[in-house]
Parts: sequence; C-alpha cells; structure tokens
Amino acid sequence: MNKEVSTGTTIAAVEFKDGVVIGADSRTTTGPYIANRVSNKLTKVTDYIYCCRSGSAADTEAVSDIVHYHLSFYRMELGEEPRVRVAAHIFKDLCYNYRDSITAGIIVAGWDKHRGGQVFSIPIGGMITRMPFAIGGSGSTYLYGFVDANYKSGMSKEECLKFTANALALAMSRDGSSGGIINLAAITKHGVEKIILTGDEIPKFNEEF
Amino acid sequence: MEYAQKAVENSGTAIGIRGKDGVVFGVEKLVRSKLYEVGANKRIFNIDTHIGSAVAGLLADARHVVDTAREEAANYRYNYGESIPLKYLTNRVSMYVHAYTLYSSMRPFGVSMILGSYDEGLPQLYMIDPSGVSWGYFGCAIGKAQQTAKTEIEKLKTKEMPISEVVKEVAKIIHIVHDEVKDKAFELELSWVGEQTQGRHVLVPDDIKEEAIRYANEALKEPDDEEDQAIG
Repeated sequence: MNKEVSTGTTIAAVEFKDGVVIGADSRTTTGPYIANRVSNKLTKVTDYIYCCRSGSAADTEAVSDIVHYHLSFYRMELGEEPRVRVAAHIFKDLCYNYRDSITAGIIVAGWDKHRGGQVFSIPIGGMITRMPFAIGGSGSTYLYGFVDANYKSGMSKEECLKFTANALALAMSRDGSSGGIINLAAITKHGVEKIILTGDEIPKFNEEF
Repeated sequence: MEYAQKAVENSGTAIGIRGKDGVVFGVEKLVRSKLYEVGANKRIFNIDTHIGSAVAGLLADARHVVDTAREEAANYRYNYGESIPLKYLTNRVSMYVHAYTLYSSMRPFGVSMILGSYDEGLPQLYMIDPSGVSWGYFGCAIGKAQQTAKTEIEKLKTKEMPISEVVKEVAKIIHIVHDEVKDKAFELELSWVGEQTQGRHVLVPDDIKEEAIRYANEALKEPDDEEDQAIG
C-alpha cells in the first residue's frame, strides 16, 4: 500500500482540422494490483480544454485541479475562454517548478477560437512542445512504430478517433500496466463529445499470439 | 482630480488613430527650452513589443504609469506565455490609476494615456484618463488641442485607411492643431504598430516621417490659397 498509485498508463491526443481527439486507457495500478479498472484519465480543465494524465494519480489530479482553478479565474477576469496554449503554459509552470517532487506526464489538448485544435505534450521534466499528435504513459513505448507508420496529417475526426482507438488497443494489449476500457473524446467548437469503448468494442489485433 | 485634468489640458496634444491594419500615434511635443537635446523627454513609449502608448500631462507621472503598464504586460507574458490583450492591460492600468483617486494621502496622476496594439490581425486603441476611466476608440486625442484634433479625426474615414495613409493624416493633424503663436518650438513624434511593422510598435522611420511632414505642410498651405482666391 505504500507504493505509488498509477504509473502505468497509455494516453494519446491527435489534432485535426476543427479540433482534437484525446484518448486514454482506464487502468490505475498500485504496484501489481489494479486499484481501479475503470478510471478516467481524461480530465476537464475548461469546457474546451482537457488533459490526459499519466504518472502519479495523486500528483496529476492535484496539478489539474490547480490548473482548473487558474483557468476559471482567467476566464472570469478576461471574459473569454482561455486558449489551449495558456492552459498548457500553466501546466508546464507547475510541472517544471515541482519537477523534483512530482511524477507527472501530461498531454494538454483542446480547442480555442484563435488557433483551433491544439495538442501540447508536457513530459516528466516539465518541458513543453506543441505537436500534431502526442502519446504518453508507459504504454506509449510500444506505440512509436505504430504512430509513425500510421499517422497522416489532415485526418478527419473519424479517422483520428479510429487512429487513437487502435493505438490505445495495441498498447493495452502489450503493456501490463495499461488496460481496461478506452475513453475517447473529441473536442471542437461545439464542445466535447465523449466516447467509451468497452469489451468487444475495443479494436482487436492478432489475438492468437 | 480637477488639477490632474488641468495638467493634461496644458500639455502638448497627443493623438492615436486606429486604421484598418494598425494604429498610429502622433505627439506634439512642445520644446520649452532651446537648451534641450533633440529628442529629449519623449512622450511615446513601448509597453510591450505589440503595444505602444502616447501620453499627455505630467511627464514624470506618465513615466511611472508606463512602468506599471510594462510590468503588467511582462507579468502576463511570464504567467501565461502569451502577449497581453490590450483590453486587459487597459483594465489593469485603469484600476491602478483609479486607486490613486481614492485616498486623501495620494494625489491622482496628472496623466492621460493612449494605448494601441496590433495583435492577431486586430488593431485596438484605448484611452485612460486621470480618473481611471477608460474607453475603446477608433481615434482619440488628449492634451491642449484635443477638441480640434478630435474634429479633424472625425473628418477621416479611418476604419478603411491603411496605416501608411493614416500616418500622413496624423502628421497633418498635429501640424494643424499646433498653435505657433502660443507655443513656438515643437517636435513631432510619430510611431505605429500594425501589419507593416510585423505587429511591433516602433517609431515611424525617418524617410516616411519626412514624407508625412511634407504632406502635412502642403495640406496646410492649400486652405490659404483658397482664402486668397476668395478675397481676390
């Protein structure tokens, strides 16, 4: 029980023309024990900006709560929806300043009226990079070949959902610390559309091996 | 408060005009002594890369308010990784200026300030007065000849003008409102921020400034000719 909760995860995010698609597995572990098999790693920070959390569950939850507070305040003061870049910047500040104390690998994704759908990756040291797509968590190591081979720029929302679901399914089958169900969400100017893939809805690959 | 407003009214005129692709500032800087170096006591300031300002009133007070504005813009950049929206900066500076009207231990700033920016293809212009009130404008004037300058600005279709045209009109207006009888020497300060300057607030280059002044002087001669004809 002294072990950290949830280091193993697979998360992903992809930009498309009018928004972003984000996705995550649902496994939370305490060492070898699955503490939660239906956890939600897609966390809302504003109506149009979500983050995918990997690393310590406690740390990333606390960080996203703080970012949520900052962005709510920002929205009130400025009178407009915060931009994705601003959200990612606040995440980065926290992750960088507390880099010696916390374990957090976060992907920030969302939509704003200025620059449309955007994905920012903030890996463990608190670096920040904008990317057309990003993957994270322990399961992502199995995915680099897949995403490099299968990512195409200019994919539609449906293609992005398929791409993300496939990637997650592959990682969940190989990575022991990832698994459960697939949480997907598409964020556009119309808000968030959430999709959950359970049981036989999870894409299958080479089950015989 | 009234004295603060008076301080602004005694100062040389400053104007700001919002064109379709940027904002132009013009200042009639009165030179009170021949012993001053050329370009001393400037009244146009950079607040951030994309924000400029022109002031009227007590210069020392203005420099303090400009410093606060710069600090505010820098803090925003540090905290959010983006340039500050002018609307928000104006609000913050207004609140600061207004706070100085609330206490008996402090005197209000004898300053009116015009702020202008060009961000993501959108030109913006705001003015803050000594009471801490601020409004958004398409064109505004502060200082001695603010009334005359405002009527001159109203004659223009500024919304459709590119700043390359606006800069000439600004030079013209400053020359029109300058009272040669009361105030002899003056320096024209011109700056702009817009598409042409890649969204950076900079002083208008010397060659363009010279051309604007030439245009202003020629435009000023014309009405005299017409008068002569009328008399003849």
